[in-house]
Amino acid sequence: MAVVDPPRLVPARMRVRDIVRVGGVGLRTRPTRAFLSALGIAIGIAAMIAVVGISASSQAQLDRQLAALGTNLLTVTPGQTMFGEDAKLPPESEAMIGRIGPVTSVSAVGRVKGEKIYRTDKIPVVNTGGLATYAARVDLPATIGATVRNGTWLNGATARYPAVVLGATAAERLGIGRADPDRQILIGDVWFTVVGILDPVALAPELDSGALIGWEAAESYLGFDGYATVVFTRSDEDQVENVRNVLAATANPQAANEVDVSRPSDALSAKRAAGAAFTGLLLGLGGVALLVGGVGVANTMVISVLERRAEIGLRRSLGATRGQVRTQFLTESLLLSAMGGVGGVLLGAAVTIGYSTFQDWPFSVPFWSVSGGLGATLFIGGLAGLYPAIRASRLSPTEALTTP
Amino acid sequence: MIKLSEATKVYAGGVHALSGVSLTIESGELVAIVGPSGSGKSTMLNVLGTLDRPTSGTVSIDGYDIARLSDRELSALRASRIGFVFQQFHLAAGMSALDNVADGLLYGGVPLAERRRRAEVALQRVGLGHRTHHKPHELSGGERQRVAIARAVMGDPPLLLADEPTGNLDTASGAGVMALLRELHAAGTTIVIITHDRELADGLPRQVRMRDGRVVGDSAHTPVPLADTAVT
Repeated sequence: MAVVDPPRLVPARMRVRDIVRVGGVGLRTRPTRAFLSALGIAIGIAAMIAVVGISASSQAQLDRQLAALGTNLLTVTPGQTMFGEDAKLPPESEAMIGRIGPVTSVSAVGRVKGEKIYRTDKIPVVNTGGLATYAARVDLPATIGATVRNGTWLNGATARYPAVVLGATAAERLGIGRADPDRQILIGDVWFTVVGILDPVALAPELDSGALIGWEAAESYLGFDGYATVVFTRSDEDQVENVRNVLAATANPQAANEVDVSRPSDALSAKRAAGAAFTGLLLGLGGVALLVGGVGVANTMVISVLERRAEIGLRRSLGATRGQVRTQFLTESLLLSAMGGVGGVLLGAAVTIGYSTFQDWPFSVPFWSVSGGLGATLFIGGLAGLYPAIRASRLSPTEALTTP
Repeated sequence: MIKLSEATKVYAGGVHALSGVSLTIESGELVAIVGPSGSGKSTMLNVLGTLDRPTSGTVSIDGYDIARLSDRELSALRASRIGFVFQQFHLAAGMSALDNVADGLLYGGVPLAERRRRAEVALQRVGLGHRTHHKPHELSGGERQRVAIARAVMGDPPLLLADEPTGNLDTASGAGVMALLRELHAAGTTIVIITHDRELADGLPRQVRMRDGRVVGDSAHTPVPLADTAVT
């Protein structure tokens, strides 16, 4: 009997829509389980997104702060002499610095040594509260960007009389909430009237725990020697480095090595680098959470394959190839983790929004963290689904069908 | 349609589920394969349905020697030529009758809309046109088996294999299902019903009796080794 070979049999390709539909069958029939294992992934992703988002928001806040404060403030302080003694800035240094071309403003404070500050004369002498007295130039706030929270700053008149403006920390330690003509504090053995209280000064934080009095008042009431201990200068933004290079020599031409020059905004920028290191650590913890979520998905998928042997057998009898069964379970795993990933991104973004709103920060979730997070979930979902999917496809159809 | 010669299936451990079975089923037949449990009739169903290959001997379905086909090709053969009906129905719990039936051609490369349209027709054909959107748990046993039959025949396969199709049904529902299978047979489908129920088998045009992995009686042919030459 001559047999004519029948045409070759080729399995039909499944359409993408059918692949997704079939991959979602397990999720639709067991929504609670799908939700819980997606939640595992979501928590991991949310943790990572929130860590990155909060750190990015905090940096955005730092950038905004730096932009508002300006990075063109330089400070000049006396260093030490060659013999290790404290140096002094020459009295002319302020005027000489002011004559540097790009410098736009100069101001100074002088530490008044040895004069302790007390709220009243009833307080024991040893309880100094760690506060310092500074003689301040009248134009100080404009140069360092300080703002008065309450009351007024010193003016030409009050600078000559016993009037004091307290830094934010100093006011808190002394228990003084607002400026008041009747409110007096004791500096040394002279009563000073509190005329104003400053907001915290970001670029000169040492002034926060200081009591600022007029230059002339310091000289006449407290025996201040008149030497500036910090000179603040602002210069044109693009000339800051040039000014910095000549500042020491200008402030003390005879002993430029006894002068320290610094840029306070550098300290804020350094904070940013420190924050980044910490973020890396937290990100690692988020990654561990994500990995645990991935193990959860793998577990769900293994159980799903065990429970659905009969379904696998049926699909094989309907003509599914091994590859199509494998694709089905891999798709299910990917869908599961993608759901978790999208949920996690939304959750993480919500946490970031909440936290930065609470902190009054600008809100920022970097795009790379979102795309990286979603990419990581798909990778983990694929990895978690691979083994169960291969197991499902290796199942013999007859064994699968006889499973009760 | 189906041609087995000296088909043998030995399972690990030396169990001879089929020992040298030769059998020919022509296109358009309605055949019962009947025997007690352990007679090898389930293995017979697996081999006829290409879910399993014989250890030795040849099995050819619709002209294809299944021993020479790869797993992919066997899948394509099942998708295009064989419909299955199982005792346990094997319907997906969360899906409507319509979508369960529409899955019958899921692996046949037919788009969803067309599958649903044909599923609708198939459900009407089994008398469940009014139940298309019910889920399996909202249907009676007989209705569920009708849905399973609709799924098996919606692609118009030339061969329908039914494994104890009335095994989980009461008498009335079982009779309804059998009547439906006869109708499908009358419309031209080759149907093989595997059953242990002699009464049911006796009501069909041809009975193949099995015991201990051998064909011990065939109402149409004499089961002797020379059966091949005796085909009329």
